[in-house]
Amino acid sequence: MKDVTVGIGGAAGDGIDKSGDTLAKACSRSGLHAYAFNSYQSVIRGGHIWLRLRVGQEKVYSQGDHLNALIALNQDSIERHAPEVESGGAILFNADKLRLNIPIRDNVLTVPLPIGQLTKPFGAVAPVMQNTVALGALVFLLGLEFEVTASVLGDTFKHKGQAIIDQNVGVAKAGYEYAREHFVPLGYTWSFSRKRRPFLTGNEAISIGAVAAGCRFYSAYPMTPASGILTWMADHAERCGVVVKQMEDELAVANVAIGAGFAGARAMCATSGGGFALMTEAIGMAGMIEAPVVFVEVQRGGPSTGIPTKTEQADLNQVYGASQGDFPRVIIAPTSTKDCFDSAVEAFNLADKYQLPVIIISDLQLSEHPETVEPEFFPAKVPIDRGELVSEWNGANGKFHRFAFTKSGVSPRALPGTANTLFVAATDDHDEDGILISDVFCNAAVRRKVNEKRMKKMDLALRDLPAPKLEGPADAEVTLIGWGSSEGVIREAAEQLNASGVRANRIQFKYLLPFHSREAIEILKHCKRTICIEMNSTGQFARHLRAETGHTVNDHILKYDGEPFEPGGIAAQVRAILKGEPRSLDVSEAEAREIGYHYVRVYLGEDVRPGRIAKADGNGLGEAVWQIEMVHRDNGEKRGELRVGVETGSTYSWEPTN
Amino acid sequence: MATIVELPIQSFEGIVDPDWCPGCGDFGVLKSVKMGASKAGVLPKDLVVVSGIGCSSNLPGYVHAYGVHSLHGRSVAVATGIKLANTSLKVVITGGDGDGYGIGIGHFIHAMRRNLDLTYIVMDNQIYGLTTGQASPTTMKDARTKSTPQGNVEMPLNPLALALVSGATYIARGYSGEPNHLADLIAGGIQHKGFALIDVFSPCVTYNKLNTYAYFKKRVYKLEDEKGYDSSNAKTAMDKANEWGDRIPLGVVFKDLQPTYEDSVAAFKNGPLVGQSMTMDKGVFQTLIDENM
Repeated sequence: MKDVTVGIGGAAGDGIDKSGDTLAKACSRSGLHAYAFNSYQSVIRGGHIWLRLRVGQEKVYSQGDHLNALIALNQDSIERHAPEVESGGAILFNADKLRLNIPIRDNVLTVPLPIGQLTKPFGAVAPVMQNTVALGALVFLLGLEFEVTASVLGDTFKHKGQAIIDQNVGVAKAGYEYAREHFVPLGYTWSFSRKRRPFLTGNEAISIGAVAAGCRFYSAYPMTPASGILTWMADHAERCGVVVKQMEDELAVANVAIGAGFAGARAMCATSGGGFALMTEAIGMAGMIEAPVVFVEVQRGGPSTGIPTKTEQADLNQVYGASQGDFPRVIIAPTSTKDCFDSAVEAFNLADKYQLPVIIISDLQLSEHPETVEPEFFPAKVPIDRGELVSEWNGANGKFHRFAFTKSGVSPRALPGTANTLFVAATDDHDEDGILISDVFCNAAVRRKVNEKRMKKMDLALRDLPAPKLEGPADAEVTLIGWGSSEGVIREAAEQLNASGVRANRIQFKYLLPFHSREAIEILKHCKRTICIEMNSTGQFARHLRAETGHTVNDHILKYDGEPFEPGGIAAQVRAILKGEPRSLDVSEAEAREIGYHYVRVYLGEDVRPGRIAKADGNGLGEAVWQIEMVHRDNGEKRGELRVGVETGSTYSWEPTN
Repeated sequence: MATIVELPIQSFEGIVDPDWCPGCGDFGVLKSVKMGASKAGVLPKDLVVVSGIGCSSNLPGYVHAYGVHSLHGRSVAVATGIKLANTSLKVVITGGDGDGYGIGIGHFIHAMRRNLDLTYIVMDNQIYGLTTGQASPTTMKDARTKSTPQGNVEMPLNPLALALVSGATYIARGYSGEPNHLADLIAGGIQHKGFALIDVFSPCVTYNKLNTYAYFKKRVYKLEDEKGYDSSNAKTAMDKANEWGDRIPLGVVFKDLQPTYEDSVAAFKNGPLVGQSMTMDKGVFQTLIDENM
């Protein structure tokens, strides 16, 4: 067993994040690798929070496919997740409050914790202390070290004083000792390298990359899932010398960043899809006045307000198409947490060097999931290239032309405050000096050359960007194509496929504009069968790939339910595609259960839950149905039956049992 | 205080001539902007004139200074970014009533609330001129325009009163028919530490046949000629902001000294952002990584 996946489930406010963080940091301090993903969904009243933490001896690239240990903090979590715990695993819960009321798999250890009894020596403790007891017990069961966990708790509660630290460590120790007295460990053996690695999110990595690259101005309007960058920047503004400005709307956010970039500060702003829509006119301005600015678009589920706390990659068309007219811009899709740091540094250098807007397109999963990253991937000193910046101009080499029509398309730039280089940067099209060529003085020849001058920068920028590469066996029978954040999960899917005898390789696209068409064509023409994997419902990237290369992918794997890809899920779909099985859009049994939970939440109240689920004839409904038995939570007694269409997912009827 | 060196106003002369209609009020404002900058002792290289879109927003192109002719309604936001990036610059925003009080009003209000050290000159002609004569936010009630052929049913916005309640610390009104007086208001606004609004009657001779030079000439009077007017009193300032009809006040309606937004920014302790070192201290950077372990 080279890795273990722990699930922690409970209601909003149960302190799940903190517990996951403590466990992850304890693993990381021992030298293990960790990857966490938090699904905060509102399935049951109070919200159902479901955090999965995967810990590995080697690097883990996704939350994985498994569930080996469950800490259930409420009854919902037992009902929903206890059956998913795999053989050899364990289920931990507060025996004072919760019951294991649902069948579980064979050879799964049940660990009911007498929380009241275990915390009694510590006086009146907060309800969240149940997490800490369970954490202590789990540390024993997983063969992790208690002392390291205690050191993390010590650092976490440092600001609250020694008494609180002692209480937390004591409670965790009680859980640990209780497990030691009553259970045997699950059999995980680790080798602890003791190499410490930061455990951080993509939003944090982008922020750290930005300040390392000299970002001194950050503007934002709060919007999930980009707000993490604002929070980080605000928390570190003083330490890093950054001006952090929350503005009145995203129009202001984008325009204030452009003003700061124009005046010479390295400037960045971030938002999600809706906010980005408001920024688009300004992005075109940055292209027109040739001001360097970095925009971060952290995608969430759309369209419109969409599914704000869920992940998706469906804003690609918007980012490609942002703002009217042709103008130069660079679009970078970071492929990992580490790459978020690198992409931020690259973005600032490209923006300055080519005097244009650079858009980093991230997504909720990449931006909010924390993982361990090698510390050496975060150098304090990064290359800083400010491009052709004129610091003085004495007039000896003639008049300064801010928008000079050069062969490269890049015109030397001067900042306000410099003598003899005065100019007006206009959003109306203009000549080499910034004099308008719009309206009455419109001039077709000047217009053509200024347009070409700006767009030439794209060819030059492309030469700076590394070309896409094929990873894996060259003679693979299938090539997996992804873009941005899906790199890790596709890597693991390819590993699974190769291990099971399906020869798979992969290409991950990071630089979306300008695009390496030639290089991509060269790779794609040797691929036997291509599958484009992306988190949207229309295959947005596959369409752009076709536009850029003429290559039509053979198949798509698309996910748009808001939950991230899992490697096993991708591998299974690849196998199905290779076998020629048609993709079914029918409601699966697991999905029928979710639809059942939705009905419970809206109409039935918390005393029932979905029980047995069976497929049946629709009897005149025109499609088969899922019959979902709703049972009473305490005694399992049938309360009624919900019928849901297998094809449409429509909820046809609810028949209560009298 | 350093002595002010007044450059001749020709120092601020732009390369091209304005393309405004003959008789446009904006000619007077342009002259006053140059005079005001000169009186305030600003050097062209340290002056940034930022505008939005509209007839009057073409103004930066006619001034010898740095300039940004930005998007419709966004001049205040762009100017905010320029000022925060380089606090040693003098940033003057110019534009029209549609640009500032219509599409850009959100930024206008919030900039005043922040008391940023900016000077905002609004050439208020009470009409959309560039788009050939539609009603603007300051078009008077019942006025007939291309978009209100039966007469404007909306009440006009009162920029001075709005500025008063929004936290601007220098609020003045000028008239392009009085360019010397306006130049003094602009110089005062540039020298004022904090957000300065100068609303200027700048008649549109082509599309506004109501609010003409003749209309203003017989109504305007100067507050400095009013005995005992105290521009530090917000209550009487509100009365003057609301005065309209036979008598319309010009001059500094309100002035107050409050800390500016820039005063509160920690990052400015080492001077303007532009010019600060780009590289981070290694030890400080390491804390950003270590806190995640």
